[in-house]
Amino acid sequence: MKLTELKKGEIARIVSIAPEAAGMEAKLREVGFAEGDEVELAHVGPIGGTPLCVRLNKTLIALRLDEAVAIEVETVT
Amino acid sequence: MTALRLALVGAPNSGKSTLFNGLTGGRAKVANYPGATVEMRVGRFTTPSGRDIELVDLPGIYGLTPRSMDERVAVDHLTGKTVDQSAPDMLLVLIDASHLRTHLHSVLQLRSVGAPMIVVLNMFDLAERDGLKLDLDILEKRIGAPVVKCTAPRKAGRAALIDKIDQRLENGLPPTPTHKRTGALKDIQREARAIAHEAIISEPLFNKVTRSVDKIVLHPVAGPFFLATILFLIFQAVFSWSAAPMDMIDAGAVALGEAVGVALPDSWLKSLIVDGIIAGVGSVVIFLPQILILFAFILALEASGYMARAAFLMDELMRKVGLNGRAFIPLLSSFACAVPGIMAARVIEGERDRLTTILIAPLMTCSARLPVYTLIIAAFIPRSSVGPFNLQGVVMFALYMVGVASAILVAFVLKRTLAKGAMQPLLMELPSYKWPNPRDFFVGLATRASAFLKRAGTVILATSILLWFLASYPASAASLRETFAGRMGALLEPVLAPIGFNLEIAIALIPGMAAREVAVAALGTVYAIQNAEENTAGLGAVLQSAWSLPTALAFLAWYVFAPQCFATLATIRRETNSWRWTGFAFTYLIGLAYTAAGLTYWTAKALG
Repeated sequence: MKLTELKKGEIARIVSIAPEAAGMEAKLREVGFAEGDEVELAHVGPIGGTPLCVRLNKTLIALRLDEAVAIEVETVT
Repeated sequence: MTALRLALVGAPNSGKSTLFNGLTGGRAKVANYPGATVEMRVGRFTTPSGRDIELVDLPGIYGLTPRSMDERVAVDHLTGKTVDQSAPDMLLVLIDASHLRTHLHSVLQLRSVGAPMIVVLNMFDLAERDGLKLDLDILEKRIGAPVVKCTAPRKAGRAALIDKIDQRLENGLPPTPTHKRTGALKDIQREARAIAHEAIISEPLFNKVTRSVDKIVLHPVAGPFFLATILFLIFQAVFSWSAAPMDMIDAGAVALGEAVGVALPDSWLKSLIVDGIIAGVGSVVIFLPQILILFAFILALEASGYMARAAFLMDELMRKVGLNGRAFIPLLSSFACAVPGIMAARVIEGERDRLTTILIAPLMTCSARLPVYTLIIAAFIPRSSVGPFNLQGVVMFALYMVGVASAILVAFVLKRTLAKGAMQPLLMELPSYKWPNPRDFFVGLATRASAFLKRAGTVILATSILLWFLASYPASAASLRETFAGRMGALLEPVLAPIGFNLEIAIALIPGMAAREVAVAALGTVYAIQNAEENTAGLGAVLQSAWSLPTALAFLAWYVFAPQCFATLATIRRETNSWRWTGFAFTYLIGLAYTAAGLTYWTAKALG
């Protein structure tokens, strides 16, 4: 599933980051997103549920829906 | 021996500025990077063994792929691409210790720069208190560079770092590391995660304070409400707390003028000093308290970590008009003064987004418009009440809102026409909450204050002298119309007459080009009232009889838009590096001002 499909408070692990999104992959990786990392959807913006605020390991990162769709995750059971 | 150049590198929020201020004692030379307008802070310090170090504080970067203008400058500086400036001799690479796992890959990436480095695990005390345990030896060995713990705000916390710098430089500069060729980012990340996995013995839980504060601050309903409350508080503070110090500065300027007036014999020199310099510069310095209060809030909000949250909350709203949540900070600063606001736009990724933000920043009602608004509102708007509100206050609020609404509209149009471009990502870190560091706070405030006073001492001083000259000569002039200023105003008169402006306004608008507040002083001179600004009630009374209500309202409408500030235009020129865009900003703002004033004048006239 995509990172955007997580419910608030749900914890998941990053499976892959779509390389086709031109330039976006490098930006996502530089701020820290990487395969195997733990993410949690911590907060969503007040209007239309965007932007997202995710906890990546111990770091909070804000990103928009169209940036988050590039990240493929699987929920941790 | 010349000083060795060390560069502070690290992600935003890794505590670079605090470490910089700690090491250098806060004394920095602020210069621009060659060929760019990004400010470079350079400071010096001497290590215990007597080595001179020149320290450069680079803008925050996550890696070597620059995204915004200041990131590009940082990367260019590191790789030695900057014109006539050698690359740093050694890097101090900062990582917030509690984000080690997420940020470690940037350290590995920086190895490709080819400079020796020391890795600084900053805010180590906090991370340790939260439960971080590390194997430093493994970390050092696997990274291939020394790693030190550091707590930047405290002297004791910086001691290990200073020792390590000395140690590394013992035999001159360490050899340039023969770094491994770095591969794709993905592989570097994999290596970094493997190192982190080995070196981290136990990891803290996610910062508890931040989690519980964010439950309220980022709540979909409570969050925006909290933000609105903070904004309201800021404006309240800017307008009410500043009254006393502003009165004091005002009284000081008057007293100084009187003292000089008594001490000097009547002559052109006395007139120049009292009417020209003291009155002119004094009328600008008076805004120092307002600017300081506003910046105090902005600095504190930024250092505490709240500003990024505000950008998060505002992002969707800003996106709808084609802007980025990050533009919120420069636009908020512009309510104090557009100059620092325009400069703060550097954090915005994407040239088109940055350009749009710069072009609309002058529409935020800056503090220099206040004296104009205050004068006209007090003279023409009755004190009657509208429901629970005072009509004067309502008009003032409406003027602010018109500014914001036009900014939104202009941004909307620009993003669809001239500043078209791909939507830029938001992608930013929300730092953990922390108390602002007092030293950083005061250093930041002092920098703002001195920049403002420097402007008052140069640009405004020069225009004050020029205005005094134009309004006083030729000596044969019997009336103001015959002075140089009067003749210039007469040229503008035919253009301004259709929007209800008379000759006196036309004259005041010319020196008023220098800065908006100068127009008030100029009107005072034009209406031959001594010390116009010290006695605005007197000027107000004169205006009441000299101006019609439509003229007064048109004058207010004009000032919502008019780009009458040299400093703003000069900053736009510097930041966009383009006369074309500066010309565009000036033309569109003057156009809007003229149209708005005209519409207001004729509507008010039609309504009687």
